Amino acid sequence: MSRHTLSVLVENKPGVLARVASLFSRRGFNIESLAVGPTEIADISRMTIVVNVEDSPLEQVTKQLNKLINVLKIVELDPESSVQREIMLVKVRSDNESRSSILETVQMFRAKVVDVAPDALTIEATGNHDKLIALLKVLEPFGVKELVQSGLVAVGRGARSITDRSVRPAEKGA
Amino acid sequence: MSEQITGAQSLVHSLESAGVTDIFGIPGGAILPLYDPLMDSSQIRHILVRHEQGAGHAAEGYAYTSGKVGVCMATSGPGATNLVTPIADANMDSVPLVAITGQVSSSFIGTDAFQEADIRGITMPITKHSFLVTNPDEIPRAIAEAFHLASTGRPGPVLVDVSKDALQAMTTFEWPTSIDLPGYHPVTRPHAKQVREAARMIVDAKAPVLYVGGGVIRAGASDSLRKLAEIAGIPVVTTLMARGAFPDTHPQHMGMPGMHGSVSAVGALQKSDLLITLGARFDDRVTGKLSTFAPNAAVIHADIDPAEIGKNRHADVPIVGDLSEIIPELIVALEAEFEAGRRGDYGAWWQQLTRLKETYPLGYDQPSDGSLSPQYVITRLGEISGSDSIFAAGVGQHQMWAAQFINYEKPNTWINSGGLGTMGFAVPAAMGAKVGAPDKTVWAVDGDGCFQMTNQELVTCTINEIPIKVALMNNSSLGMVRQWQTLFYNSRYSNTDLHSYRIPDFVKLADAYGCHGLRCESPDQVDATIEKALSLNDAPVVIDFIVHRDAMVWPMVAAGASNDDIQIARDLAPEWGSDD
Repeated sequence: MSRHTLSVLVENKPGVLARVASLFSRRGFNIESLAVGPTEIADISRMTIVVNVEDSPLEQVTKQLNKLINVLKIVELDPESSVQREIMLVKVRSDNESRSSILETVQMFRAKVVDVAPDALTIEATGNHDKLIALLKVLEPFGVKELVQSGLVAVGRGARSITDRSVRPAEKGA
Repeated sequence: MSEQITGAQSLVHSLESAGVTDIFGIPGGAILPLYDPLMDSSQIRHILVRHEQGAGHAAEGYAYTSGKVGVCMATSGPGATNLVTPIADANMDSVPLVAITGQVSSSFIGTDAFQEADIRGITMPITKHSFLVTNPDEIPRAIAEAFHLASTGRPGPVLVDVSKDALQAMTTFEWPTSIDLPGYHPVTRPHAKQVREAARMIVDAKAPVLYVGGGVIRAGASDSLRKLAEIAGIPVVTTLMARGAFPDTHPQHMGMPGMHGSVSAVGALQKSDLLITLGARFDDRVTGKLSTFAPNAAVIHADIDPAEIGKNRHADVPIVGDLSEIIPELIVALEAEFEAGRRGDYGAWWQQLTRLKETYPLGYDQPSDGSLSPQYVITRLGEISGSDSIFAAGVGQHQMWAAQFINYEKPNTWINSGGLGTMGFAVPAAMGAKVGAPDKTVWAVDGDGCFQMTNQELVTCTINEIPIKVALMNNSSLGMVRQWQTLFYNSRYSNTDLHSYRIPDFVKLADAYGCHGLRCESPDQVDATIEKALSLNDAPVVIDFIVHRDAMVWPMVAAGASNDDIQIARDLAPEWGSDD
């Protein structure tokens, strides 16, 4: 099993998310993370989907995804040639004694404090999956009161854009 | 046209513009506004069925014989959910179908209103695509796209759910002149390099076989398949979905492969060194245990759906495209190989297969007590009715016997539920087939279990003058399940005895439905009864054939077993020959 990041361009139409999500579940794939948002082109949305699968079932699920009428393009982004980011908001217990060491950690990870309360700090961190896991490990001893994480978003490195030739007819299936 | 009309009128105009002439359906609350202008359409005949499932299967049968998209219609909630089975059926067997359902008014959607069901959500995994239309201006485009999607690429069912207020609101009608689906561009033209590579493999092979699936029939490629088989001199097997794609009486035909396939067809796949797979999908009922399927064969896999290629079996040469383009191009590429002096030598292969075909023809034992053998009845049905007739089957033993013992010479003369295995398919499918081909003799070959699931559509047939003929193999059992109980559950017949020897009395039932009811209980009456049925064309005919209940479908590859372990009768395996 290995992690794969798929960028999926879809028409921004009602039900598209349900179609994509249910296709994964029907074919027996677990979505590790999913992020959806608009793109620079009106009416086209982009989903970034992280799945943990073998290579050959991944090919099958990609082909099945391609058959969805509202799916325009699918690209697998490998970590080497793409920028991959998640955002994490974590609320940590803090008192006068622990506050400065928490702030040190925050600095070390180039994270930010976005909210302060007498007995807690809320920290915002962005980065790849591994960095956020590492930060969380350091914060855990202080006491994590609440944690929320976004799905991963990713973009390929270099000048080319995934939407350059977003709807090439030859790539589409039946 | 800028004339103001209702959404319902726009929908009727749209269906007319899509070329619809026949619809099977039932009205109800949410779809009532549509039924009003439908009454005024001189182009569209609406056939009022007795259950929505019947409408769906009828639309499937109609698609087979008419070559058009089948259309069924139902109201919201239970009307729509009753269409789920035929929609799933059409999805599995790639039948072009458009299902139109009424939906509660848009302001009620999501409130658990009376007769509300999220039919688009329910059918998402079993449709090629689906639409929910709440704006009347979007009706023509949705209908145009639905028919385009259903009939092109890999055909399949498309659902159009229209809210009641969209049907009632005012709009204008304009039929779209072009289809704009940026995410849908099925590849029809095959890759020339792949086709040349396929031709090279064919002339290099020693034991090639054409593994033909239902895709050849959907593509209308039967004639070019025959030409390909003949110029290449290669044996052909036709799957359950492909019966009729290649003439059964053709000497190169090895029969149907699979769980109940002939020894020659199963052997042709198992012993092959090259599977030329055309519009087939390596279904588990064909491959048996996948890891032991055709172990020495390289694979050419041609299909319009790229997702089928490599799904179950690795393809050495994948070819994505429409078989009506692929096969002619393959013929050209093969002829180029022949001209260059390269031609396959399949002499030893033919010897092996001819021996299998001659040694292990399909057969059956006549019951020793003089009772009626269902295989005999079905054989005579095919012989007497002839190859111009159309046969629609239910699901179970009678379906397998109808696939085995009737000779199909032409495409779309065999209609069955292959993928989903829907009991009750036969009667409504035959009804739709007869509407699509009114001049043909259409038989529903059914079992007493299946028949009791959908026989109410005989009323529809009588009232609408659709004179189908039903050959009922009445063994008073759920026969196929009973066969598995005999073989795998120590003959413990849990809940498979239907007691339908006289309850219901199918002859009286036929009479009640306004059909001709006939009964046949002994072999010497079979021909006369079939001939009688063929002579009665003023109303549907039901023949209650009382058949031997212990008859079994052979050969058989047990579920999950290897094709190598095929049995021609209980505990009886064929001799494959010395060259293994």
